[in-house]
Amino acid sequence: MPSLPDMTTPDVVGLAAAAAAKGHPPPVHDEAPATSRAALFEFLTRMGDNTLVLGHRLSEWCGRSPVLEEDIGTANIALDLIGQTQFWLGLAGEVDGNGRSADDLAFLRDVWDFRNVLLVERPNGDFGHTIMRQFLFDAWHVEMLRALMRSSDPRIAEIAAKAIKEVSYHVEKSADLVVRLGDGTDESHRRMQRSLDEHWTYTGELFLSDAADEAMVENGIAPDPASLKPAWETTVRSVLDEATLVIPGTAFVHKGGRHGIHTEHLGHMLAEMQFLQRAYPGATW
Amino acid sequence: MSVEALPATAEIWSWLAEVPDPEIPVISVVDLGIVRDVVWEDDTLVVMVTPTYSGCPATSVINFAIEDALRARGIENVRLKRSLSPPWTTDWISVEGREKLRAFGIAPPIDGTAADGRLAVRIDHLIGGSNLAIRCPRCGSTETKLVSNFGSTPCKASWRCTVCLEPFDYFKCI
Repeated sequence: MPSLPDMTTPDVVGLAAAAAAKGHPPPVHDEAPATSRAALFEFLTRMGDNTLVLGHRLSEWCGRSPVLEEDIGTANIALDLIGQTQFWLGLAGEVDGNGRSADDLAFLRDVWDFRNVLLVERPNGDFGHTIMRQFLFDAWHVEMLRALMRSSDPRIAEIAAKAIKEVSYHVEKSADLVVRLGDGTDESHRRMQRSLDEHWTYTGELFLSDAADEAMVENGIAPDPASLKPAWETTVRSVLDEATLVIPGTAFVHKGGRHGIHTEHLGHMLAEMQFLQRAYPGATW
Repeated sequence: MSVEALPATAEIWSWLAEVPDPEIPVISVVDLGIVRDVVWEDDTLVVMVTPTYSGCPATSVINFAIEDALRARGIENVRLKRSLSPPWTTDWISVEGREKLRAFGIAPPIDGTAADGRLAVRIDHLIGGSNLAIRCPRCGSTETKLVSNFGSTPCKASWRCTVCLEPFDYFKCI
């Protein structure tokens, strides 16, 4: 059996460069020193990979939701998240300075280069499971964007100011459904409690930090992830209380996604999402 | 085209006011408030356009329609520039645009009612939807109910009139 690197697309950077030469704008070299540029790239891919992976997961519901309104709502939220991904990964490509577009980053990186938290790559499960994952993420997302609106980097501040308008509707919807289903029938309550129990240990990763985060804080680019926790917890507790759901007692934290160490689920998702660009690199239509 | 012959920007605005939005063709891209600025840079016309929603699939079609309309008026060098800041808001939809929406069957946005993500103080209002009184564009009744804050396009919510019983779109506030 070939070793793992042998089975992946060879020379992704080369393919990206070939695609770039076909009409993408030439590389823009940021003025910042390489180390802080690397930290900024790391931060931007974390933002963009969260929205990309969750957006793709939500799109898996298209045509399959329990009722028409939810199908439309879920697809709309997926669309917002994919749109935001274009901004985050577009800027990441610019900062990176190797001529990679948002599409190159989305379709030509392999699983270990993805920087999303594990929470968003978890399989959809039933509709309640998807909604619970969405709510736990949305409640964080809105706080993160609120903080990023004050970023010292105007390119980041303007993406955040745009995205928060959309995400404010996302969190209202997911919170509303968590309450309806949690405080619904015995069956829906049971399923929502089970979903909360399963997702809960994946929420801690949202508030962890490393050297890249420290560099962001130092330069006033992004907040310390831990500083978002009190506001997130206030929202989450009030909604879960209203939903008659009980927060699990465990403090265990599943982590790794932000460093490229993922669950087995993400690879399967990428196999579908990236198929076309891997089979026919640079294909356009 | 010589520099003296360049059309005035006021005239260009009036041309753009005839470019329909691809999703809601009764209103123009100017009514919608997404054309932010029109300036000449030498003999190149730069049009600043802001997206409505981040993932709005109409964005590229809108850009194409704007470029197409300007070329049809004889402008050879057109450059479209994406402007993200300040972010688009429904407050920018013109008064005429709002009337055209209503006549078309889409309830226009009620300014100042956008979601702001501050859930903790809103949680009591979440169940059962909305405190807004949206007027049914068909029969004029305000006895209407929110069905879903998401609708046929990213910019719309789904509502229903409890008097004439018709479902309708509401152009939601952002």
